[in-house]
Amino acid sequence: MLEIKNLHASVNGNEILNGINLNVKAGEVHAIMGPNGSGKSTLAQLLAGRDTYSVSQGGVTYEGKDLLDMDPEERAREGLFLAFQYPVEIPGVSNTYFLKAALNAIRKHKGLEELDAVEFLQLVKQRMKLVDMDETLLNRPVNEGFSGGEKKRNEIFHMAVLEPKLAILDETDSGLDIDALRIVADGVNKLRRRDNAIIVVTHYQRLLNYIVPDFVHVLVDGRIVKSGGKELALQLEEKGYDWVKDEAGKAAVQA
Amino acid sequence: MKYTTEKNSWYLSAFEKFEQSLNGESASRLHTLRRSALERFNSLGFPTTRHEEWRFTNISPILKTNFRPVLNPTAEGLSRKDVGQFAFGTRHLLVFVNGFFSGDLSTLDELPGDAYCGSLATAVKSDHPVLRQHLAQYATYDDNAFSALNTAFLRDGAFIYVPDGIVMDDSVHLLFIAAGKDHALISPRNLIVVGKNSQVSIVESYVSLATSSYLTNVLTEIVVGDHSVIEHDKLQNERRDAFHIASIHALQGTQTNLISNSISIGGSLVRNNVTSVLDAEGSECTLNGLALATGTQLIDNHTTIDHAKPRCVSHELYKSILDGKSRGVFNGKIFVRKDAQKTDAKQTNKTLLLSEDATIDTKPQLEIFADDVKCTHGATVGQLDAEQIFYLRSRGIDDTTARDILTFAFASDVVSRVHVDPLREQLEALVHSRLDQGRTLQD
Repeated sequence: MLEIKNLHASVNGNEILNGINLNVKAGEVHAIMGPNGSGKSTLAQLLAGRDTYSVSQGGVTYEGKDLLDMDPEERAREGLFLAFQYPVEIPGVSNTYFLKAALNAIRKHKGLEELDAVEFLQLVKQRMKLVDMDETLLNRPVNEGFSGGEKKRNEIFHMAVLEPKLAILDETDSGLDIDALRIVADGVNKLRRRDNAIIVVTHYQRLLNYIVPDFVHVLVDGRIVKSGGKELALQLEEKGYDWVKDEAGKAAVQA
Repeated sequence: MKYTTEKNSWYLSAFEKFEQSLNGESASRLHTLRRSALERFNSLGFPTTRHEEWRFTNISPILKTNFRPVLNPTAEGLSRKDVGQFAFGTRHLLVFVNGFFSGDLSTLDELPGDAYCGSLATAVKSDHPVLRQHLAQYATYDDNAFSALNTAFLRDGAFIYVPDGIVMDDSVHLLFIAAGKDHALISPRNLIVVGKNSQVSIVESYVSLATSSYLTNVLTEIVVGDHSVIEHDKLQNERRDAFHIASIHALQGTQTNLISNSISIGGSLVRNNVTSVLDAEGSECTLNGLALATGTQLIDNHTTIDHAKPRCVSHELYKSILDGKSRGVFNGKIFVRKDAQKTDAKQTNKTLLLSEDATIDTKPQLEIFADDVKCTHGATVGQLDAEQIFYLRSRGIDDTTARDILTFAFASDVVSRVHVDPLREQLEALVHSRLDQGRTLQD
């Protein structure tokens, strides 16, 4: 589904991604872990189409197409979704208005009929239950005055409505208390299917207790230095990132 | 200065013709007022940018044309069908053509008690007792040439009187239509008097069916009796070559609440003055405004809130969305007099610049003479937020739609404050279509 090959990217001349290679197939959940500043969020934003990064080498193929060649909205319509680490507040635009515009843009792209207000509301009410979201958040302006937890929950709620093929969750666990974390993770798990994939970007292992990944990758200095199964996350929790950094350092010296 | 003298003589000789058309009314009290206003206009002359109040607004385009004062009511062949497109379904629709009331085009429902909604000229003719006390008592023309000119040509306009203890259950719509092909000077004069413990919503809208440029020079006085609530909504949506100068002057009694929403979309050069004097304790005043300009339009909003007495609250939110080479001006004065302790005043001015060539001059002006008050003001000028655009696009919404949604949201912050539901819906549609045009229409 997603194939990242030797991806190099920089911001203002500073190289942030340093040759990323990653293969994600339908039905898989990948976790990307790494210390602060390792390039995790850059990778997530770049995949969603943020244009503040420039790619100097390598490329990304999504469903056989050149992802980097697509506008952000095109990527979304083709089924890519980013749950933002810091969802932006949009005063004056109601959550439902926004979501309906987004869903109908995607449906139109797929050649499906646009949903009318009644059909949309039915869908929304059903999907809200997935993340146990308060109904009042629907008619409030997008993220405005939402608590940190409400913002993250709202992201997963958007995901539930838009039903992406590939969802990237960028530090969705940060700032969540354990109850909210469980609710968000439950929501994500209910959206797991054989034909979609999820990339979980996180600093900590605790989210991975609830969203159990098939693969764990460790990102250090813009490069994946170690990949493994779900047990790798536990090792990281125990030994810290320095352990992989040291290992990666040794490997580099040997090479 | 030569310029201004020349124009004075045009309007002075126009006044002579006006006097001749009045037939014997020239000895009346009202006419004495007109004459003194004309004298004042003559000595003031039209303002130049050296005048502090007009520093950013050069009115010289107005002086290029000799606008002809409309002296007599003419229907200009308008029918109810022409009017329908501007109405929004209230039971009290007062239509004015070139500033003169048209009974034929208006829809007047029964009014409670001694209430009056209708022509000012008719009320003058019947010597309505309320006029004697209130007409031309609040908006001074001492330092404002346009107010002086309006008063000199004072003839007709709307007179609304809501006696004590009356809640008007439907809004009153004053629809001002400019029509005809003469470069007209249209000078409506409106007086709104609300007694104690009453409530009313009044909508003033200014639209064009004219086929040439013209000048609307309107003045509205509002008296809010003790414990009364008034919403006053104004929409200016005139031809792109029309000039519009408007003043609203309100006086608020004890524990009153005045909400003023002013939305300007059309016109070539537009100046709105909104003044409210909080002249008794415990009152509240809300002034909201939205200017949507594109092409070479100039929209200037000047507001004054005068906290004269203690424990009054004022909120102010003025926004501009400027595209093309348009210009915006905002000047917000807040006076807090020595007696006005415990004043709570908040002023916000926000501007969205959609093009590189659009400009805004914004100036908050707070003069505080009391020592136990809360006054805040803030002004922001910016473009659409790149983070917000990306967020919307990343959910599947295209770039143009994302920008439209965000621009509309910026505007709806003001439009949503209009409480008259059918009007608000009409305004939303109007703002939408105007913003759609804005992208292609760069005159």
